[in-house]
Amino acid sequence: MPDDDATAAFYSALADDDPAELYDNAPCGYLSALIDGTIIKVNATFLAWTGYDREKLVGRRFHDLLAAGDRIFYDTHAAPMLFMQGMLREIAVNVIGASGLRLPMLMNALLKRDDDGQPLVIRAVLFDASERLAYERELMAARRRAEESEARARVLAETLQRSFLPPDIVTVPGLDVGGAYRPAGDGSEVGGDFYDVFRTGHQTWGIVLGDVCGKGAAAAVVTALARYTVRAEALYVSSPAAVLVGLHEALVSGYPDTFCTALFLLLNPLPEGHRLRAATGGHPLPLCRRADGTIETLGRPGSFLGMEETADISEFSTILTPGDIVVLYTDGVTEASNGGSFFGESGIAEVLAACAGLTAQAMADAVVAAALACQDGQARDDIAVVVVKVPPSGER
Amino acid sequence: MIRVDTDVLTRNNVTVGGRPDGQPMVFAHGFGCDQNMWRFVAPAFQDRYRTVLFDFVGAGGSDLSAYDPQRYGSLDGYATDVIDIVRALNLHNVVFVGHSVAAMIGVLAATREPDRFGALVLVAPSPRYIDDSGYVGGFSEPDIEDLLVSMESNYLGWSSSMAPVIIGNADRPELGAELTASFCRTDPEIQKRFARATFLSDNRADLARVKLPSLVLQCSDDLIAPDSVGEYVHAQVAGSTLVKLRATGHCPNLSAPAETVAAIAAFLNTSPGPGV
Repeated sequence: MPDDDATAAFYSALADDDPAELYDNAPCGYLSALIDGTIIKVNATFLAWTGYDREKLVGRRFHDLLAAGDRIFYDTHAAPMLFMQGMLREIAVNVIGASGLRLPMLMNALLKRDDDGQPLVIRAVLFDASERLAYERELMAARRRAEESEARARVLAETLQRSFLPPDIVTVPGLDVGGAYRPAGDGSEVGGDFYDVFRTGHQTWGIVLGDVCGKGAAAAVVTALARYTVRAEALYVSSPAAVLVGLHEALVSGYPDTFCTALFLLLNPLPEGHRLRAATGGHPLPLCRRADGTIETLGRPGSFLGMEETADISEFSTILTPGDIVVLYTDGVTEASNGGSFFGESGIAEVLAACAGLTAQAMADAVVAAALACQDGQARDDIAVVVVKVPPSGER
Repeated sequence: MIRVDTDVLTRNNVTVGGRPDGQPMVFAHGFGCDQNMWRFVAPAFQDRYRTVLFDFVGAGGSDLSAYDPQRYGSLDGYATDVIDIVRALNLHNVVFVGHSVAAMIGVLAATREPDRFGALVLVAPSPRYIDDSGYVGGFSEPDIEDLLVSMESNYLGWSSSMAPVIIGNADRPELGAELTASFCRTDPEIQKRFARATFLSDNRADLARVKLPSLVLQCSDDLIAPDSVGEYVHAQVAGSTLVKLRATGHCPNLSAPAETVAAIAAFLNTSPGPGV
C-alpha cells in the first residue's frame, strides 16, 4: 500500500493533468482546422514552438504556414490522401515560425466526417522532428553516395575486365580468329577469364585463354599477371608447354594461394594449312571441328597452374587444313545449365555445325549466345570463347 | 475490325465504365495522385456517358517498367499517353476532364489530335506555375526546388506500404470498403521527375490553339493555380466558360465533388459540342 504522501501526490498530479491541461501543454502540437485548412483551434505547445500568438493563427490557413515546396506537396498529395483515406501519417513538413525560421515537423492527421459522411474537421498532431529529419537527410545522402560509389565500382570492374581482353583481335595472316566474352551476373564484379592473341615470332602466333580462380580485385591482379607472363614467356621459349610452365612458376612464387587454368596455342603457316601446337594446364581441352564435320578434342588436360609444386604439362600437335575450326572456351560455357542438363561440349559442337559457314567472330558470339540461352540469359559464371578458323580454300 | 490495344490499357491501368454506347468521357489525374482522384466524380456521369479512367505511366497502378525518363521528361509524353488510350479504345468526340497539370496535358493531346475530342473540362488548370514578366503563376523557381527537397523528405509518404486500413463510406455504400494502401503510391524518383515536368512547364502558347468548347473550373483560394491563372486560361482559350467554384484548395474533385459534378454537368448540358 502506498503511504499517505504518495497517495496525495498521485491525486494532485491527476488533478493537474485534466483534459484541458493535457491538450494545451501536451508534448506535441495540436491543431484543428476546417477542411479548407482554416485553423480553428491550436494548443499552447504549438504556439510556443512556432512563436505565434493565438489570435494571429486562428483564422489563417494551415498551408500558409508551410514552406512553398511543402505547400505544393500538401495540396497535391497529402490533402488528397487525407480526403481519400481519412488520415495522414508521418508527413514531413517545414512549418515557418513567426520569426521566419523553418521548423521541421512530422504530422499525423485525421479527417472527421459528420453523420452524413461529409468532411467536417481536420485534426492534426505535430511533432518537433528537427533531429530526426536531419538524420533522415543524412541517410538519404548516404544512400545517394552508396549508389554513386556502386556505379563507380561497376565502371572500374568493366574497365579492368576489358583490359584482360584485347580490344580488337589482331589479324593473323591466313587465319580467321574471333573472341567473345560475357561476365557473370550483371558484370559488377571482375571475373577471372581472359584471352589474348599475339605474335611471338616472324610467322608464329600465340593464342592464350585462361581462367583464374576467384573473383574481384584479388583475381584481377592474378589475371593481369597471367596474361602478361604468357606474353613474356612466349618470346623466350618456343614450346607451348614451356610457356605454361613459366606461368605456373610465376604463380607459385608470387601468388602461392591461388591458381589458374589455361590453354596456350602456337600457330605457324604451312603450305597445306597451319601447324597447331597446344598445351593445356588444367583447362577444358580445345574442341576441333574438321572440315568434314568430325569433332575431336585436342591434347591432354595437364595439371592446374600454380597449385602443386610442379606442373605436369604435355604438348600436342596437329595440322589444321582449310575448313577446320578450333574453339577455346572456359568452363562457363560447358557448365551453363538451366538446372537440368549442361550445355557441354555437345552444345558447342551443335553451334559449330549450325554456323560453320560464318566468320570466327560470328561463331564465337553464337557460342556465347547459346550458352547464355541455356541458362535463361543469366550467366552464372564468366564465359570466354575464342574461335580459330582456317578459311576454306577460295576464301583465303 | 476494331482492334483494342490491350497493352496500352494495361500499361495505363485503364478502367472503363458507364454506358457502353454513351459519349466517351476521359478523366485524367494530375501530379501527386492517380485515378482515385475521380472516385467521387466519375460515378455521377456513368448513367449517360462512357467513363474512362486511367493512371499516367509512373502513377498508381500503371506499369512502372514502361516509364521512360526521356518520354516523360515533358508533358508531351503524358499527352501521348492520352492519345494512345483514346486510339486504343477508338474513342471519338471525347469529353476530356483533366485536373491540375492534366488539364494542360489534355490541351496538348486535343491540339495534336483534334478529331478525337469534343470538349475540354479544365479543373484547376495552370499553363505555367512560375511567375514571368506580366504573368503571375504563383511560384518562384526556388519554390519548385524546395518542392523537390520536400519530396525527398517525404520519401516514405510516396512509397512506403502503409499498414492497410479498411475504409467504408456510409453515404456511398456503392464504393464499398477498400484498402487505402493503394492510393496514390508511386516510385518517389518518378514522382520527382513528374514534378519537374509539371512545375517547370510553360504551355501558355498552346491555349490559343484550343478550338473546342472548354470549361475552366477555378477554385477559391487555390494556392497551386490562383484566380489570376484561371482568368488567364479563360482569356486565352477562345469561347471558354469560366466557373468559379466555392470549393477551396486545389482538389475540388475530392473536397467538393457535388459542386464539381454540378458545374461539369451544367456545362455539358448547355455546350453545343460537335456531335452531342
